[in-house]
Amino acid sequence: MRIPCPLCGPRDRREFTYYGSDDYLNRPAPDAGAGPWDDHLHLRANPAGETHDLWYHEAGCAQWLRVHRNTVSHEIYGAALVAGLKGGAQ
Amino acid sequence: MRVAGKGLIEREKPVSFTFDGRTYAGFKGDTVASALLAARVRVVGRSFKYHRPRGVLTAGSEEPNALIEVVGAKNQTPNVRATVQEVFEGLVTRSQNRMGSLRWDLLAVNDLMAPFFSAGFYYKTFMWPRAFWEKVYEPAIRRAAGLGSLSGRHDEGHYEKAFAFCDLLVIGAGPTGLIAALTAARAGADVILADEDSRMGGRLLSNGETVDGQPGPDWVAAVLAELSSLPNVRLMPRTTVSGAYDGGIYGALERVGLHKPARPDLPREAFWRITARRAILASGALERPIAFPMNDRPGIMMAGAVQSYLNRYGVASGKRVTLFANNDGARAVARDLMAAGVQVAAILDSRANASAVENCPVYLGARITDTSGRHGLRLIEGHHAGGAFKLETDCLAMSGGWNPTLHLTCHMGGRPRWSEELAAFVPMEGAVPGLVAAGAANGTFTTHGCLAAGHAVAEAALADLGLSPAKVALPRAEGLPYVVEPLWAVEGKGRAWLDFANDVTTKDVKLAAQEGYASVEHMKRYTTQGMAPDQGKNSNMGALAVLADATGRAIPETGITTFRPPYVPVSVAALGAGGRGMGFAPQRFLTSDQASRDRGAPMIEAGLWYRPSYFPKPGEATWRVSCDREVAMVRGAVGVADVSTLGKIDIQGRDAARFLDLVYTNTFSTLPVGRVRYGLMLREDGFVMDDGTTARLGENHFLMTTTTAAAGQVMRHLDFVHQTHCADWDVRFISVTEAWAQFAVAGPKSRALLNAVLDQPVQDFPFMACGAVQLGGVTARLFRISFSGEQGYEIAVPTRYGESLFRDLVAKAETMGGGPYGMEALNVLRVEKGFITHAEIHGRTTAFDIGMEKMVSPKKDCIGKAMAARPALVGPERQQLVGLKIATGTPPCSGAHLFTVGDKVGREESQGYITSFAHSDLMGACLGLGFLKNGRARHGEIIRIVDHLRGLDLTAEVCDPVFHDKDGEKLRA
Amino acid sequence: MRYSGFKVFTEGLFGNSGWKPAWRDPAPKAEYDILIIGGGGHGLATAYYLAKNHGLRNIAVLEKGYLGGGNVGRNTTIVRANYFLPGNSEFYSHSLKLWEKLEGELNYNVMHSQRGQLILAHSDGQRDALARRGNAIVNQGDDAELWSLDQVRDFAPYLDFEQTRFPIYGGLMQRRAGTARHDAVAWGYARGADRLGVDLIQNCEVTGIDIENGRVTGVQTTRGAIKARKVGMVVAGRSSQVAAMAGMRLPIESHVLQAFVTEGLKPVIDSVISFGMGHFYISQSDKGGLVFGGDLDFYASYAARGNLPMLEHVMEAAMTLMPMIGRAKILRGWGGIMDMTPDGSPIIDKAPVEGLFVDAGWNYGGFKATPASGWCMAHLMATGEPHEVARRFRLDRFRTGHVLDEEGTGSQHNLH
Repeated sequence: MRIPCPLCGPRDRREFTYYGSDDYLNRPAPDAGAGPWDDHLHLRANPAGETHDLWYHEAGCAQWLRVHRNTVSHEIYGAALVAGLKGGAQ
Repeated sequence: MRVAGKGLIEREKPVSFTFDGRTYAGFKGDTVASALLAARVRVVGRSFKYHRPRGVLTAGSEEPNALIEVVGAKNQTPNVRATVQEVFEGLVTRSQNRMGSLRWDLLAVNDLMAPFFSAGFYYKTFMWPRAFWEKVYEPAIRRAAGLGSLSGRHDEGHYEKAFAFCDLLVIGAGPTGLIAALTAARAGADVILADEDSRMGGRLLSNGETVDGQPGPDWVAAVLAELSSLPNVRLMPRTTVSGAYDGGIYGALERVGLHKPARPDLPREAFWRITARRAILASGALERPIAFPMNDRPGIMMAGAVQSYLNRYGVASGKRVTLFANNDGARAVARDLMAAGVQVAAILDSRANASAVENCPVYLGARITDTSGRHGLRLIEGHHAGGAFKLETDCLAMSGGWNPTLHLTCHMGGRPRWSEELAAFVPMEGAVPGLVAAGAANGTFTTHGCLAAGHAVAEAALADLGLSPAKVALPRAEGLPYVVEPLWAVEGKGRAWLDFANDVTTKDVKLAAQEGYASVEHMKRYTTQGMAPDQGKNSNMGALAVLADATGRAIPETGITTFRPPYVPVSVAALGAGGRGMGFAPQRFLTSDQASRDRGAPMIEAGLWYRPSYFPKPGEATWRVSCDREVAMVRGAVGVADVSTLGKIDIQGRDAARFLDLVYTNTFSTLPVGRVRYGLMLREDGFVMDDGTTARLGENHFLMTTTTAAAGQVMRHLDFVHQTHCADWDVRFISVTEAWAQFAVAGPKSRALLNAVLDQPVQDFPFMACGAVQLGGVTARLFRISFSGEQGYEIAVPTRYGESLFRDLVAKAETMGGGPYGMEALNVLRVEKGFITHAEIHGRTTAFDIGMEKMVSPKKDCIGKAMAARPALVGPERQQLVGLKIATGTPPCSGAHLFTVGDKVGREESQGYITSFAHSDLMGACLGLGFLKNGRARHGEIIRIVDHLRGLDLTAEVCDPVFHDKDGEKLRA
Repeated sequence: MRYSGFKVFTEGLFGNSGWKPAWRDPAPKAEYDILIIGGGGHGLATAYYLAKNHGLRNIAVLEKGYLGGGNVGRNTTIVRANYFLPGNSEFYSHSLKLWEKLEGELNYNVMHSQRGQLILAHSDGQRDALARRGNAIVNQGDDAELWSLDQVRDFAPYLDFEQTRFPIYGGLMQRRAGTARHDAVAWGYARGADRLGVDLIQNCEVTGIDIENGRVTGVQTTRGAIKARKVGMVVAGRSSQVAAMAGMRLPIESHVLQAFVTEGLKPVIDSVISFGMGHFYISQSDKGGLVFGGDLDFYASYAARGNLPMLEHVMEAAMTLMPMIGRAKILRGWGGIMDMTPDGSPIIDKAPVEGLFVDAGWNYGGFKATPASGWCMAHLMATGEPHEVARRFRLDRFRTGHVLDEEGTGSQHNLH
């Protein structure tokens, strides 16, 4: 598997550390209550098909990527820097 | 026997090798199988279950019968295909899976039991009495099962991993692959041409056909000569592409040294990872057997293999050969044999309407119904359109048609498509992105068709790659159509084998269907068909057809089992090359490593690092003596320890303090410049991730330390928090763990020691201060922190000065009654002081559990704060950190459980457990840290400690985890 | 038809023509009392115990493919009861006790073999953690022994004790752990359930769950609608998709776990051995293949196949720990789809929809759990109350924090 890092180009999967669904990007407010936090950390749509999930280019540019890929075919459609997506948040 | 004038072997290079202790002659270019056939050795193996004598069936890696052991000086290699193993001078081989000699295998008694050893019989018996399964039945089964054997000794062979990238990977160097490689190579593409065989050319080396009017092998040689002259081509013979993986990655096994005498510098095998932008699967086709009664006798072979042995190896597989086929291909085999002077008894064509014109008897509509000859075929019987036949013959060459070798197209979930015309499965298009099957692998069974297809797919690949094609003229070749009429099984009295290797017969498949194991997966699993070393290459199609027939379904509707990588079995050593010994994981060494080893310190693994365990002095008999001395040295004078393994992260920016406030539970924005603060970090789920100190080196500059174990995790976490939650903040950080060597200098004489090495003595440097100091003209960083409970400092210098500073500190310490201390002493010191490590913050610990809930600032948000408030993460039901005073002399008992005195010792009664243990001279006791239910409310209680595993049952007093210097007077001294 | 050695003998004499189908192949009825979605090991065991323990009869198991086609047919066959945390400890203990009687119970030889499992420790810290776990196992009433280096050396002299990257300090042995023949477990439960009247319906994919007024009323399938009062979802590997039909989002992420088997070899490894510093565990099957596995490929996946990084990592671990097996050849590898939960422990609970039940989240420990999972799921579905040994496997435990995190790796699905 090769991940198209926006900074480094296509690199072997071994350089990356996987985290999970991009649900992790949407951190609830501290006082949002149990439901939103449960959604954020635990509950998952877990699709069989297209998904967006988070990979860390640990042995590369140290950027977190949001990767658009397919959990059934393992096809990778693209990847974007998380920092670019979230710049300006908070 | 050898046939004069035939074959591509190098007759001028004779070699001798042994099989089962006898020496045989062969030639360079022979395989063990061809050389044994030349010597008329018929029985080369024993079958898995019935231990029936078996001979060579095929001439390739799909061989199910001729599996042998290759014996080396220290090791043997089991389950080697005699059809692949090339002979070389001094090669030693032997047969396997036998009790006694190959010819008189005692386990052949199993063959007599065959009526009772039907498919799945073991699921129905061996259940009584219960204890007999493990004690009697299973050991007997295990002894009889298995094929070859391992030596039990370490594999000392040399193996390698290799990596390659190319524009086009061509898999298979038969006509399709050669023309494809040539087409792409001339256009300038980076081409890798990989072929499993020792010699490239595929069937052109065996089938006696001509290309452009030249003998096939000559045309092959010319193409190879051109390819090897091109700088953009890599030819990889003896290389089996074993698997197709995501992203255009292919695994491939190269047999680098298996065809030569062993040499220490010569890898036996190399496992390649090839990343290809495009790939062409030109892997050819595999001929399939016919399941007729008693079809497993030595001498019954595949027709194409008989042709290979004749044309490529110059070997006649029998004196009087019979052919049995359902297609025209076998006719060429018969003609080649006759032309070479080998007698052909008859051609048995299962088709009623085929041509009967040959220079030998031809029986149409023929079926073989019985054979005889226990150690080698003697006689076949059957019937044909014109009546019965009985033929004396010592070799039967059979052909049930051909299956495209499409396995790689299934490795990513592709399902092959059934072709009625070919009576075979053909590859699904696009099943592996970037890979196209062509030629015989795609169901094109003529040389002409293969050349045309290879050329066409290469041109298509060039277009994909953006390269313009160069001119390649399509050579002339034969193009007779392939006509097959399916014949899967012949009814008869005897057993008809489908899976030779696993001894699965048509009856077994029918029994599976009869018992309801009717799905193809059930049949496979119930009968074990297709699970032998050949992975069903010889048997899948036949078994599927028999199952379809038994269940009244069509073949495509019955389905197909999944081909999984590897295409051929790959050794653990090749796949794991580099892992042997120290190669398994990187080794990280401290700058003080050599200095520590020079002092005799045993180095122990701490993650990837090596750290000194203790520094023995002459006369110290055990580690405990050294450890106790080192502890006393730190408490009484001064000790030096290398603490560089701790993670160090340099954090800078206008929002650095704000960022630390987010990742730590406590506040760092209030930390003055020049001060250090202990910080606690939670995971977002509210449990403790890590702890450590962070120093404020400047207004917008911090240095964070992490534990050794969590350094990588914390770095990943900080990057995540920053990039995800506050990418717009002005903060940047980088790991500087390896940029600084850092040493703890601890003990009442620590300041004196420091002053002995610093350019300017330390003045007014209070507890938790930090700052730059000069040392021999080098700027160092000094931190007034302590993990021992004594007055202590940590001094950090750029890594290149680490070793000399360590040696200097230790030498000067020794003049003051101090010296170096290791991990054992460090552990005792920190237990005495109640400092925690990852033994305590083991991932299920909350800030509440370790008494640090007050460090979670109520004034701000932080990572983990919301989830730490979940009801189950706080409260008296939680097990909380406590100290335990245990009688001196107690053996270590970390991992023991705690019970309320008087309670039963059970799962629900367990009140907690011990995480750390130390013998403390200072306290005159053994000390434990541990977790105890509602432990902070139970100080003073006598608690029971039970360690079933170490046979300990004792009591201890629960107390505060800080045993030594509770008020921290020494720290601040 | 009762299986026995005598029966095998007499059938053998008469050409094995008298063997009857192991189970019927019924068409689905329009209505059942209870439907179990999923004909894997856990689903079949649930149906079996519903009939056997609770006397229920009008039950169907709906399987979209063939019986036992999921993870029960693609695992490394290890059976053990060596958990640390209350909640897991008693559950797997119960399961192991059921395993020990399973052949007799099912009249089917599942080849449960208590060959022992040795988990190796490679540091003082690991040894102490194993001691903590071993003491919990003994507290529970199961067996565990903490072995010294010398004991390990005597038991498995073929391990590399000299050059290996992470030296062996000792290990934790559980003698009652072992292996079983995975397919046979599914087939044994299937045959047992069928004999008690359960309809096993293959090639019947559930496409919808019918809910009226917050109550389940039946399911839609590729073979028509089927009504039922209670429906159990026992579809590890596909839990999220089936749960979504009932409007639920589960705390599950699917991951692929690879396993590998070598060609058949004469006996060399007698028990299960687990490496503590890399992702590697191994046993040898009765057929002679070395069966081993590693860790997840680590990315969410529904493809029942893996990639080279984990495969090579596992083999590298084999070479540093057990270089004797270097010349064994990997015959095939496969991947199973794991329901990974945020704490690594499973779920056996009522769904928010009345009459709907969830058995899911087995991470990679599902095979050994098969008997107890079936037993406890049947108990829950029949009585409406959780079974005592499965009462902590609640759906809401992540919300409340009552997590069962054996590894201590936190709420990241792929780290358990």
